Parts: sequence; structure tokens; C-alpha cells
Amino acid sequence: MSGALEFREAIREAIIEEMERDESVVFFGEDVAAEQGGVFAVTPHIQEHFGESRMFDTPISELALAGAAFGAAVSGLRPIIEIMFGDFMGLAMDSLVNQSAKYWYISNEQRSVPLVVRSAVGGGGRFGAMHSQTHATWFQGVPGLKIAFPSSPAEAKGLLKAAIRDDNPVIFLEHKRLYSVRGPAPDAGEVLPLGRARVARRGKDVTVVSAGKGVVDALEAADLLAGDGMEAEVIDLRTLRPIDLDTVLESVARTNRVLAVEEGPATGGWGSGLLGRIAEQGLHDLDDAWLLATAELPIPYSPTLEDAFIPGADAIASAVRARAGIAVS
Amino acid sequence: MTVDAALRTESPAAYLDRYGTMLLIRLFETEMQRLFLAGEVHGTTHLSAGQEAVPVGVCSALEPGDYLAGTYRGHGHALAKGTDPDALLAEMLGRATGVCGGRAGSMNVIDVEHGLVGCFGIVGGSIAAATGAALAAKGQGRVAVAMFGDGATNQGYFHECLNFAKVFALPAVFVCENNFYGEFTPMLKVTAGQDIAARAAVFGIPSTIVDGNDLWAVREAALEAVHRARSGGGPTMLECQTYRHHGHSKSDPAKYRPPEEVERWLERDPLPIARARLVGLGVPEADIMEAEEATRARMDRAVEAALAAPYPDPAAERATEFAP
Repeated sequence: MSGALEFREAIREAIIEEMERDESVVFFGEDVAAEQGGVFAVTPHIQEHFGESRMFDTPISELALAGAAFGAAVSGLRPIIEIMFGDFMGLAMDSLVNQSAKYWYISNEQRSVPLVVRSAVGGGGRFGAMHSQTHATWFQGVPGLKIAFPSSPAEAKGLLKAAIRDDNPVIFLEHKRLYSVRGPAPDAGEVLPLGRARVARRGKDVTVVSAGKGVVDALEAADLLAGDGMEAEVIDLRTLRPIDLDTVLESVARTNRVLAVEEGPATGGWGSGLLGRIAEQGLHDLDDAWLLATAELPIPYSPTLEDAFIPGADAIASAVRARAGIAVS
Repeated sequence: MTVDAALRTESPAAYLDRYGTMLLIRLFETEMQRLFLAGEVHGTTHLSAGQEAVPVGVCSALEPGDYLAGTYRGHGHALAKGTDPDALLAEMLGRATGVCGGRAGSMNVIDVEHGLVGCFGIVGGSIAAATGAALAAKGQGRVAVAMFGDGATNQGYFHECLNFAKVFALPAVFVCENNFYGEFTPMLKVTAGQDIAARAAVFGIPSTIVDGNDLWAVREAALEAVHRARSGGGPTMLECQTYRHHGHSKSDPAKYRPPEEVERWLERDPLPIARARLVGLGVPEADIMEAEEATRARMDRAVEAALAAPYPDPAAERATEFAP
């Protein structure tokens, strides 16, 4: 796709615009201020706008990073931190799950925790089992956290701006296979709501629900299915917590079939949770509901193994055809 | 004002107030023990009797706007920082009038109004909270203090955050309440090098071993550390050596401690030490007794109010997952 705005640039613009708008926003992480702007070159030349007191490189200390962000967030700052790869979130877990997520509630709403944790996630980069996971699953069951997972440059910018303005801790996922994608720029100043899904493509025969890069794959699959005479509706969840069940149910009421596409294991993921909620609240509309997820295995390294492991556009289209009884021509 | 000048110009009356706060903490813990056995305190609780001089001495060196992060042995941390005893006790009893409305309980008290960033139920959490608060405090002319035990010095939080705080010259004071036991295990058995203050020194952080049962010693060390932090000199660590009179938690009779060791420390109870010092400074016995009586009456009122307070009503609960 060609277009005015690259995904990584959208992230950078959102950070700069929000730091300009609110001087309590600070940004720190490993190598983020270095000239290259992090390992995925997302944040170069931001520090020179705002100085070292508002943006700085940290030691390789994920627990201290998350802990410092929490402490700063309850003391007057609005930190954005980068945990380089989502896989490293295991090291930051106590602070995010036990300190940040619970503070608003257990303090009896004395103070909220406005912080954003950005990470590169997802497979397809040949990074192996410990640099390719989508860690949303680990945080899915933690009340008090929001999880955002944008699918395009415009979505990334609007959702990140919303995350920075939000008064709650937001886990922000950036799929590494999207960083070089280009797309239309959003309207100036556009801030997207957290917790509201969007219909990325209209269709009447089946609803395909996904987030992040899965939306790109689902849209490509919808093109393939259109060749078979099937009109797939694609829903971009945008946020995995809170999840916008209403938009999904409204779609399922029209299509009566729903496929959730998740880059991660079926067990404990958002997909199985969503299908359960659809069954609970929309069973009368359902003819079929199923999940396309990854095997219950770590993500492999070898290109042949990794490509087969991750559900792409072809796998989505094939899954829909098989379920609908359409023979592949 | 320099630290020396602050100490020189102090009136004994100020110390009488601090002694009163120490006594309040002791009485609070005594009531907690009693109320726990009466079934009014739920789950578990961790008493700090014996350690009172540390939070009182440290907080006496702070301004009201400064931040403090405490531990699950944190009743003294909260009271020394200014939390209302009525609200704290009601929280322990799970009542609606508690400082956190009964949502937090003994291990997780938060009192933003008084600069208590929180008490953290997981060992080491306070170190991170204070490090982050110090990051914000830097631009506010404030200081942030972490209270933690000897056990926390073996957590990743300790090593990562001390390094982080030093690298960015944060206005933080790391106060280790070394009571020589991490839960049931002797500190010396599980702490390589057996020297906590030395661990800070390797980060280039000035550190001192302080007699944690001597209010005056703690206050003097804290004044110096807070002065360094506020004037841009970066973090300090104080290893305050002290002892808990009770076991780790309510399920622990602390039989693992040699009786002669317990005896030795009971003889160094920080309350009689402070009281004798006040007498030595010329504070009239009658004034001390009056202060003690007032503190007892204060605690009695807190107990009465907490026991009379309602439990939160689940049907009326209007909790929201997210801040608006």
C-alpha cells in the first residue's frame, strides 16, 4: 500500500504532538533517544525537541522502567515507556499488573495511573521464540489495564494519542511487520476512542474479527474470498481490553457467522474469550463461530516453520472456504 | 538551613511530638494484635512494633509534599507520614470509612493526600514506586523515600532501581529497615556479602548504617540524606538496623529467633530509649505523661470509631474499572 504516512512515523508523530501538547508527558526506554531511535527506528530525533529531562535512554532494566513509570504516573507525570520487545514484558510484570493496574481501584479512586507501555510485538521477523510473541494474552485478564493494537498508520497515530491522553495504564502493541507499512494520514489532531472497534470492510456473509496485523491479513483474505463470491465483513477491534463486544454482536446479527483471527495460542487468548461472549449474548444470531489461532507451541525460527505457524491471508481465506464448504478452484 | 543548624535549633518539644508518634504506632500495633485475635482484622497483618523510630525519624526530615512508599509492614509508615489513625484503623477492619474505603486492607494502604504513594504487599515494590515518584519529584522540588526491608535487597527491584536512581541523580532516599529476618529466614543466611549498606556503595550511592532504634540517629541521617536529595546530590541509602517484636505475620510465632537475641533487642526497645533521652534533655516528666495520655486517648477514639463504622455495602458499590 502506498500512502503519505509510514506506520513508524505515525507513532513518532503521535509522541511528538502529545509531548508538545502536555508538558507532563515524558518518554523513556532502552535506546529510544539514541540517534537511530530504537531498534526499529521509530523514535529518532525526538529528544532534540524536548531535552533530556523529558526523553531519555535508560539502563536495560525493564522492571525499573515499569516501576519508575508507575511511580512517576501517580506523582504528576504522564510517562510513555518503551519495553523494546513485548516478550520482555515478563520482566516488567509485577509493576504493571500489581502496582499500575490495581491502583485506581484499591486506592478508592484517589488517583489514576496515566502511563503508556509501547512494545514491538508479533512474528514473521525470524526473531525466534523470545522476540516474536504478542503479549496481550498475558494481560488480557488484568482488570484496570487497557490494551491497544493498531492495524494501520492512521489508526496507530489516533490510538496512541488517545492512549497518552488516557488516565489509565495502556499496553500499546506495535506489530513489527507493520512498521514499514504506508497508508493515508489521519485528519490533523484526530484522536481515536479506546474501547471502540471499527468495521474495516463491509460484508454480509461472514464476520472476520482481528486486531493489529491480523486486520491487514483479514482484509487481504476478504479480497480473495470476494473472488469466490463471498462477502466478508472485517472488524478491527483496535483495543483488546476493553473489547467492543457491541460492534461485533451487531455485525454477527447480520452475517450469522464469525471467525476470530488471533496471532497467538487459542488457550487464554482474546479470541476464545470473545467467542465465548458472543455465544453467551448472541447465540440466537449464530450459525457458526470459530477461531483461527496459532499452535500451542513457542514461535519457531526457521522461515518455513514460522510462515506455516502464523495465520496469514491465505490461511484465513482457506479457513472460511472450508467452513463454508466452498471447494478451492 | 543546613542539617547541623536544623539539629542545633531544635526544641525538645519537637522530640516529644515525635515520641508521641512512635507511641501511637506502638499502640496501633498493640490494638491490631488484639483486634486480630478478636476477629476484627481479616486475612493477615504484619506488625512493626519495635521499628517505630525508623519511620518517625525519616518522616521528621520530610516536608509535607514529599513522597513516601512503604511496605506491607507499613502501619508505622502511614502514621508517621500523617495518615489519620481513624482512617487507617478503619481500613484494617475493612470498614467503609477506611483510608481506601476498605478496598486495600493492611498490606496496600494508599494515602495520596499525605504523600503516601502506597504501601506495597510484594517485597521490593516500594523501591520502584519511590524511584518513579523521585523522577516526578525532581521537577517539583520534592523528595521521594522508599522504605523496604532487608529481604528486598535480594529483589531485582533493589538493584535495578538503585542503579536507575543514581544514573539519573534522582532525589530519592532508600531506607532499608534491616530487622535481620526476611520472613522466617535470617538475613545473614541469604544475603551474599552480609552487608546491605555496601550494596548501595557499589552503585556510588552514599550509604550509612544507622541505629534504627535511636530516633535521634535516624533523624540526623535522614536530614542529611533528604538535604542531599533536595539539593541535587542524588540518592542516599540508609541501612537502619532494628528488630521486630513480633513474628513476620499473624501466622508466625517467630520460634526461629534465639530467645537471647530477642531479649537483647527488647532491652533496646526504641520507646524507652527515646523517653529516657527526653528526660535527659530536661523535658518534664509531667509533660511526657501528658503526651502519653493524649496519645492513648487518641488511639482509644480511633478504635471506637472504627468498630462503630459500617462495612462497605456491596449493593451500593459503584466501582469503575477505569478512571474517566
